[in-house]
Amino acid sequence: MKGKISVKEERCKGCGICSYFCPKQVLRVDELGKIRVIKPEDCIACGQCELRCPDYAIFVDRVAEQKEKSEV
Amino acid sequence: MSARLMQGNEAVAEGALKAGVRFFGGYPITPSTEIAEGMAKLLPKVGGTFIQMEDEIASMGVVLGASLAGRKVLTASSGPGISLKQELIGYAAAAEIPVVIVNVQRVGPSTGQPTAPSQSDVMQARWGTHGDHSIIAISPWSVREAFDLAVDAVNLAERFRTPVILLMDEIVGHLRERVELPESIEIYERRKPKSTRAEGYQPYKPDEDLVPNIANFGEGFHIHVTGLIHDETGFPVGSPKVTEESIRRLHEKIDRAGDEIIKVEESFMDDAEFAVVSFGGTARTAYEAVAEARNRGIKIGMVRLITIFPFADKILNDLASRVKGILVAELNYGQVVNEVRRAVNGKCPVKLCAKYNMQIFEPEEILKAIEDLAANQDQTYTVHSTGFEKVKDPEEVENTGGDD
Amino acid sequence: MVERSYEKFFRQNRLPHLWCPGCGNGIAMKAIVQAIEKIPELNQDNTVIVSGIGCSSRASGYMDFDTLHTAHGRAIPFATGIKLANPKLNVIVITGDGDCTAIGGNHFIHGCRRNIDLTVVLFNNNIYGMTGGQASPMTPLGKKATTAPYGSIDRPFNACHLAEAAGATYVARSTAYHVQHLVTMITGGIKNHGFSFIEAMVQCPTAYGRKNKMTDPAKMLEWMKDTAQMKNVWDKNPTDEKFPIGVLYQSTAGEIDYSSAYEKVIEMAGGI
Repeated sequence: MKGKISVKEERCKGCGICSYFCPKQVLRVDELGKIRVIKPEDCIACGQCELRCPDYAIFVDRVAEQKEKSEV
Repeated sequence: MSARLMQGNEAVAEGALKAGVRFFGGYPITPSTEIAEGMAKLLPKVGGTFIQMEDEIASMGVVLGASLAGRKVLTASSGPGISLKQELIGYAAAAEIPVVIVNVQRVGPSTGQPTAPSQSDVMQARWGTHGDHSIIAISPWSVREAFDLAVDAVNLAERFRTPVILLMDEIVGHLRERVELPESIEIYERRKPKSTRAEGYQPYKPDEDLVPNIANFGEGFHIHVTGLIHDETGFPVGSPKVTEESIRRLHEKIDRAGDEIIKVEESFMDDAEFAVVSFGGTARTAYEAVAEARNRGIKIGMVRLITIFPFADKILNDLASRVKGILVAELNYGQVVNEVRRAVNGKCPVKLCAKYNMQIFEPEEILKAIEDLAANQDQTYTVHSTGFEKVKDPEEVENTGGDD
Repeated sequence: MVERSYEKFFRQNRLPHLWCPGCGNGIAMKAIVQAIEKIPELNQDNTVIVSGIGCSSRASGYMDFDTLHTAHGRAIPFATGIKLANPKLNVIVITGDGDCTAIGGNHFIHGCRRNIDLTVVLFNNNIYGMTGGQASPMTPLGKKATTAPYGSIDRPFNACHLAEAAGATYVARSTAYHVQHLVTMITGGIKNHGFSFIEAMVQCPTAYGRKNKMTDPAKMLEWMKDTAQMKNVWDKNPTDEKFPIGVLYQSTAGEIDYSSAYEKVIEMAGGI
């Protein structure tokens, strides 16, 4: 299972909670104080970032992996 | 309805109930407790709710919550309790929540004289809570009028979405009289929203009379109510324009309706050359003094303030054009007298007959002040327990360019 | 992305909220709407959110229900009036540690005592945040605040103990780290037919953290993770080093809630 991360940038305050709790270092707060998805391919859709985002700015949707998808 | 012997406080409870009050929150305090006791007994009989709260602040909070949920509400207290209620009286003014607060006045400041009559919370009724705001305060002089004004207070609170102070005093609160209550009364029902949520309903958008039609909680409007300065949506806004408009509207919705709200009662005024201005329980004594002064040939009448706030500025200013002097009789150190002087604005001398020693006026005391007023003596009176004192009133001398 | 179903409970035009970056209040507010969403009987028309004054209490403005932002400390009396006037409404109170246990302390214990059917969620950030970091009755001993520059010497309240002792029939605690657990605790509170109290520990990196060498909100959350223990674990070895979370007390005595008790009064008085 992979995750697709979406960010509502206007809500993000760059607190870094999501990146801190990301087990795969997928996220980083950039110089402008907004969260960036730096390694989207590493996301395992654990949802830790979305769970504790105090600003409802980051969301992870589970997506089937490419291979499985083509079989569907 | 047949005649009954009834106490003033009891009449307030009955009147409020008749006007549709279905929620009371209160805290015990002398001399207002009979109102709470009456409500505790009467409200559940009509499916209403009585709750005794942990303190006066909570009593105010609980009735505001109930009002927002659609009930007509009442709370009652006396001086020290009214001081505690001030915080949320301001909230009611700001958030425009209909509520009636009864103050059965006793001697203050602080714990003062808990069982003794006074009229010394008049200016507190106007300015007790912080910030610019409007208020309505009305004061009855009889048991029957306590009933009538309780009805009026409820109607005015609903009509203008404002706190209304029913300014009783211990005299009327504990007075027992034979009263005949009216068969039917007029009731003002709270206005409903004129548009739906989908149509962009705004709870604090005022009607032409500057009063908004705020939905009750639970009606699906999802309104937001706050004590912060807010715009027509009800949400806080940190803008000078909105702040100014909001504060102005709170005043104007009541000020503009002066003709509708303000009630005074004139007696013996047709040919009067002098006038006594009084209110509440003291007006009963003043009336007797005025009648006796008439017997003695003094052309004096009486103007009884039923509405204390908004103050009857125009009526008193007109009165000053008709008479040579005004005597204000009040059971305090001198409060309404200053309002009268402000309204009269130097058109005629305004004298004070004050008393603040736990005891109500004797008619002779006011009569003596009337005789001196008619004799054009430039004096102000304080009635002491030891006798009658005449005091030079420096302010009065200044105002009228006195003759000494 | 798929729009989250709880978003409908927020007033979208009011977001983003005013809380500081990393503030835990947002987490607790989301937990409340997720708890509401879990209970089919509750909807946006029959649920009222009442708050006091302070950082926590700004939550009401963001939530798309009938909402009431009262005066400092007074949320519970207002909420009591709403519930008694219309017992069909579900009333949820959002308050803070200063709002609830200092200026509103008397209302808090009496709400508990009456067992009025309210769900009170206290966002405990251990500090007065909105006024810039003054000590509250829930600031831990020795912690610094602008009004306790040498460390607080005031013994703090344990608000959960207080609620239980005063008569609340459901008392729970969770943290902004344990989000799903917090949702469960609030859900339990809403379902309880009586006075429910949930302490939600939230991080305040700005006013509390800065004074106490904890400026990183994520690290504050990690502290909660490391220091909180499920009640059944903590009970085996109660220690001040840790604090228990979970349902700390739930009455089994079947106490009647205040509105239901008053219905009996109406019956006795022969009312309608």
